[in-house]
Amino acid sequence: MGETPPRSADAGAGGPRVTSGHNWPAGASARVAETPVSPRTPGGDGMGGGGALPRRQAFGAERAFRGLTLAAGAAVLVIIAAIAVFLIAKAVPALRANTENFWTYEGWSPNDPQPKFGIGTLAFGTVLSSALALLMAVPVALGIALYLSHYAPRRLSTALGFLIDLLAAVPSVVFGLWGRDVFSNPVRDSSAWLNEHFGWIPIFGGDGPFGKSIMLGSLVLAIMVLPIITSLSREVFLQTPTANEEAALALGATRWEMLRTAVLPYGRPGVIAAVMLGLGRALGETIALALTLGITFGISFNLIQNGGNTIAANIANAFGEANDTGRGALIASGLVLFTITLIVNITARAIIYRRREFTESAA
Amino acid sequence: MTTTVTSHRGGPPAQPATLRARRLPWYAAPAVAVAALLLAAAIVYGADIGGPVLVVVLGGLFYLAGLFAAANAVEGRRAARNRTWSALIHSAFVLAVLPLASVVWTLFSKGLERLDANFFNTSMNNIGARDPEGGAYHAIVGTLEQVGIATLITVPLGLLCAIYIVEYGRGRFAFAIRFFVDVMTGIPSIVTGLFVLAFWVLIVSPWFNGGRPGFSGFAAALALAVLMLPTIVRSTEEMLRLVPAPLREGAYALGVPKWKTIVRVVLPTALPGIVTGVMLAIARAAGETAPVLLVAGGGAAINFNPLENNQSSLALFVYQQAGDASKYAPARAWSAALTLVALVLILTIAAKLLARRNRLGR
Repeated sequence: MGETPPRSADAGAGGPRVTSGHNWPAGASARVAETPVSPRTPGGDGMGGGGALPRRQAFGAERAFRGLTLAAGAAVLVIIAAIAVFLIAKAVPALRANTENFWTYEGWSPNDPQPKFGIGTLAFGTVLSSALALLMAVPVALGIALYLSHYAPRRLSTALGFLIDLLAAVPSVVFGLWGRDVFSNPVRDSSAWLNEHFGWIPIFGGDGPFGKSIMLGSLVLAIMVLPIITSLSREVFLQTPTANEEAALALGATRWEMLRTAVLPYGRPGVIAAVMLGLGRALGETIALALTLGITFGISFNLIQNGGNTIAANIANAFGEANDTGRGALIASGLVLFTITLIVNITARAIIYRRREFTESAA
Repeated sequence: MTTTVTSHRGGPPAQPATLRARRLPWYAAPAVAVAALLLAAAIVYGADIGGPVLVVVLGGLFYLAGLFAAANAVEGRRAARNRTWSALIHSAFVLAVLPLASVVWTLFSKGLERLDANFFNTSMNNIGARDPEGGAYHAIVGTLEQVGIATLITVPLGLLCAIYIVEYGRGRFAFAIRFFVDVMTGIPSIVTGLFVLAFWVLIVSPWFNGGRPGFSGFAAALALAVLMLPTIVRSTEEMLRLVPAPLREGAYALGVPKWKTIVRVVLPTALPGIVTGVMLAIARAAGETAPVLLVAGGGAAINFNPLENNQSSLALFVYQQAGDASKYAPARAWSAALTLVALVLILTIAAKLLARRNRLGR
């Protein structure tokens, strides 16, 4: 140890004064690190060559720092609790003032002298658009993830993976603007076509106008959650043990059979979690839907007629002219949305955590 | 053993001709494709039920069916399935690229129209529906101030929280914090906006605002901070875990107290990765519209003071111009969208490049 080069303690880029000014009794170790050891008289007991074990101080920097980090950690729990508390506090007066049933009334006029509003249609629209978006996005996202992890050449797959991460960062308002200005035209035309030829199916029925519909909203949502689901499931697929894949191939499996027997079962929990996270994102999406849905209040399974509404889009649209009760009503609807997304997220995270334990114990 | 590791990525290894099963000739797939398109065109235009888009869609379906049938006849059922699935996986890729390419194309073709000096030097103050001018200066100011304040709030909090989780936290409480940080990642931005509306705008701000609730850029910064916090905690946590244990042990062995080890050894080592995470969080926050709409209100004039009066932001500017009836509004909206995407993507790309140079690697 005597030959230790000076500043050995700095090897980890710790800065030149790693050990200066600490307030433990300086033992032999302090001599190894060539630092301006604080001119502290080596008082106290047990100061020999080896030095005594540092005693725990009641109020030292260590305690203070530890307390600081603990406070920051607790802040997370406090924030989540505060979100729930403040939303409830502001929602309750509006819910008291509501003259109709909050769960079943179809409509949203909380600014009237006799406030009437119900969450039913909004919650229905939220769930319907998110479910449709996932229905369309998940197969495509899994296809792309498999393509990137098992079909594309290594270099192409890295570049495309990077591109997909970039797409996940594009703000939702841009997708909303694109959906309203550009994408609504082909959707309107194909809606008219569907209505003409498949109008006998209720979801494609109605007599127009078409375009700003649940169909457009959920297609835009699908395009938005696609990058998220793709990048998460691609990572899961890439983690498949090579031994499993090789074993399947060695038994004569075709590539698809290898994917089906080795890759997909291994990745299933990860894929479920990715889908749930995508669902959470879709449920909470605000601006893209506020721009693409034709806002109506009513429960209808018709996908192609103008209409549709979601909790989040309604908040963005109705906030401008909301009075006190109106704000409270919107906060109440936000509370419902918060609860739904909280349940979805907790489920997703629970799945991921179980999987993590499983893979860690297996490793 | 090791030579076969990636062989399946580059196609099946060569086999002696005697072992090879019967295979479709190379021209089979293109031939099926052409036949499928011709058949689809004949049906669509014969019955007059649609245009070229329908031809492509029907042709795709016919191609899958035809490919399956042909491969089934020559190569057998398993190979046929393999071919069909691989065609499906490739087509999923094409299907997703189309809309995304369209987004990028529109962004540039429509966004460059108004992207001039005037756009960056003027606000929307006194701009009426008939004025073609007007710009996003006030919105850019708002975005920078709000995101800046949010970063100042979140970075220390997020770092300390991550340090607690990695270095100090043990047992149930630390697990709960970790779990709820993950859950917090999924809280919709509009809910954080409502939270700050209920907490700051409606309850706290009347105290120093003459009894009336007031919108402000600071409130938007608070909402963005709630959104950024979990992202920063998660990425910092991952980076701290990657710091090699011998580095810590070396410091302990020299008698360095734990907190100083963390501040002087662990944090500097993990710094590039932490910066990457912060930049990604900033990029995400800069693109958020809903919280700013709810708590900053959005204004047309330039407002440098984040603590008082309405402020706008780039994302909110896009949304407001999109809802504007003026015929000049869409061009402004697209230019602002292009600016916003450029800002966000530059941050993201810089963060990823920084991550690639990171010594700890991922």
